[in-house]
Amino acid sequence: MSRRLEEMKLNSFIIKVGIAFGLFLVVLGGVGLPVILDKTQTGFRGTGMFVSVNETIREEEKQFHAAPEVLYELTPEEEEGPTAGEIYENVQVLGHLSDARFTRLMAAVTEWVSPEEGCAYCHGEEGNFASDDLYTKVVSRRMFQMTQTINSQWQDHVGNVGVTCYTCHRGQPVPANIWFEEPVDESNDAIGVGWDGGSQNRPGENVALATLPNDHFTAFLLNDNNIRLQNMDDALPQRDGDYGTIKSTEWTYGLMIHMSEGLGVNCVFCHNSRNFGAWEESPPQRVTAWHGIRMARQLNVEYLDPLQPVYPDIRLGENGDAPKANCATCHAGINKPLYGAPMANDYPALLQPGSLP
Amino acid sequence: MAMLSFEKKYRVRGGTLIGGDLFDFWVGPFFVGFFGVTTIFFTALGTAFILWGAALGDTWNVWKINIAPPDLSYGLAFAPLAEGGLWQLITICAIGAFVSWALRQYEIARKLGMGAHIPVAYSVAVFAYITLVVIRPLLMGAWGHGFPYGIFSHLDWVSNVGYQYLHFHYNPAHMIAVSFFFTNCFALALHGGLVLSSVNPQKGKDVRVPYHEDTFFRDTIGYSIGTLGIHRLGLFLALSAGFWSAVCIVISGPFWTGSWTEWWGWWLDLPIWPAH
Repeated sequence: MSRRLEEMKLNSFIIKVGIAFGLFLVVLGGVGLPVILDKTQTGFRGTGMFVSVNETIREEEKQFHAAPEVLYELTPEEEEGPTAGEIYENVQVLGHLSDARFTRLMAAVTEWVSPEEGCAYCHGEEGNFASDDLYTKVVSRRMFQMTQTINSQWQDHVGNVGVTCYTCHRGQPVPANIWFEEPVDESNDAIGVGWDGGSQNRPGENVALATLPNDHFTAFLLNDNNIRLQNMDDALPQRDGDYGTIKSTEWTYGLMIHMSEGLGVNCVFCHNSRNFGAWEESPPQRVTAWHGIRMARQLNVEYLDPLQPVYPDIRLGENGDAPKANCATCHAGINKPLYGAPMANDYPALLQPGSLP
Repeated sequence: MAMLSFEKKYRVRGGTLIGGDLFDFWVGPFFVGFFGVTTIFFTALGTAFILWGAALGDTWNVWKINIAPPDLSYGLAFAPLAEGGLWQLITICAIGAFVSWALRQYEIARKLGMGAHIPVAYSVAVFAYITLVVIRPLLMGAWGHGFPYGIFSHLDWVSNVGYQYLHFHYNPAHMIAVSFFFTNCFALALHGGLVLSSVNPQKGKDVRVPYHEDTFFRDTIGYSIGTLGIHRLGLFLALSAGFWSAVCIVISGPFWTGSWTEWWGWWLDLPIWPAH
């Protein structure tokens, strides 16, 4: 073959490859790829410690993560006068608030929790506002106390931003992200490997569909199992001691996956994976998260789980347990709920128990 | 340097892609060529930058020397030399040297009237490198997404980038790449074992030739891939391993930002499962 012909063949090959690649790019662009990223760097340059977020999805969810405006401002005169406890019957938690302040908070809660059902969701159609007949009112009272506990005792986790009813409820009577104990499915024991009671090998959203046991919330956010991995220094996992079993290791992975998913981050938001356990190499967010795990556990143990007898069956899980909170309950997929909007400061009654005149 | 008797036939003039006769000569046994000169240039310059970067660091421990890319905040701009700029220059030099070397291989193939298999194969490795330090950073909008130059530090980068997607072993392209690496290794062991067993016969027996191997496999399993075919297969397996490695990292970030475990949701969404 002549040199000329050879070169023509080569050129036509290069042109074909170029056209194919160009078409490939057009197709990618047509389906919106590559995605536009919003990036956060959590470690020294070059360590690969980044959180990348699909900005298009963030933009679509922007409204969901926007904090509502304060309903209306109160005048100084309105903050004076007789308290709600003096005017109304059976105001156990918020009785110390001025009438105007109390009324505004009730109006706000209605917007935050039951905008469609209105006041009747807790107070009934009859309009007997003092009655405790409806379970929703009994639960709400406890939720006010829980909110005050979070804002006054867990500043290591919520800082000065605090939480309100809206942080979890987002206009829904039942928050979107709650959890129940995993039902025990004995039939699953026979058909595969994994842990007893069918807690594994069922792809759960709570472990991002990984083959991890699904009962890690019960282990860590209700019971106070230690978050432990296998001892890296031993060839085989140990049953005792400060280090964990294989099961506690997998529970830990499950919890960590939930935290990543619930906050819209990844492992390297809180860890340098070259040594997950080393606090001195971890980004400071890990400390906040450490407090958050303990906070979620206290809320479940002291507030949410004990409400079980109050709920009607329809609100309970398959095991008959009360709905409980995890990281996603407040965070809903972003690392600062409502992008850190300090909306609790507009409602000082939520900041701590019995503090306001 | 004296020329060995058979060397003359490999010293063919012409066939250069660029530069004509300018560098079309040999130094000792080595062909120079235009791309040999550019290879030397980029290699020397890049190595000097690496030494400069190492000197700016806090260790001469060869395992721990680390020349990191810029912070993400620099985006696709140039960074100051001590803050990732050297990494950028080293990357340019590395690509210059690797591409020069591939083109030098191609020139030699043309001189000797061979196929372009060697430069093509080598280019797949270069492509994988360019994917890591150019294509993916471009798609993600920052040079900071490249990997750092250092023995330990690049391993830490691999670990952390994997954990950005929670569980990298669920990345489908990573699965394919790993499968190709293992298959490649397995095939090489089988082929090496077969060849060595054929040419090391028992005492008093003859060396077995490829014809014997082919016959053996046709008799026992009904098919022999053949002496040429086994090498086509080997090249395919090896290049596929490198190619899918590049794919598995370039889709992580630009095309998928979540956990790789969740990607498999499509499997659970297939309409073939009994309703729960």
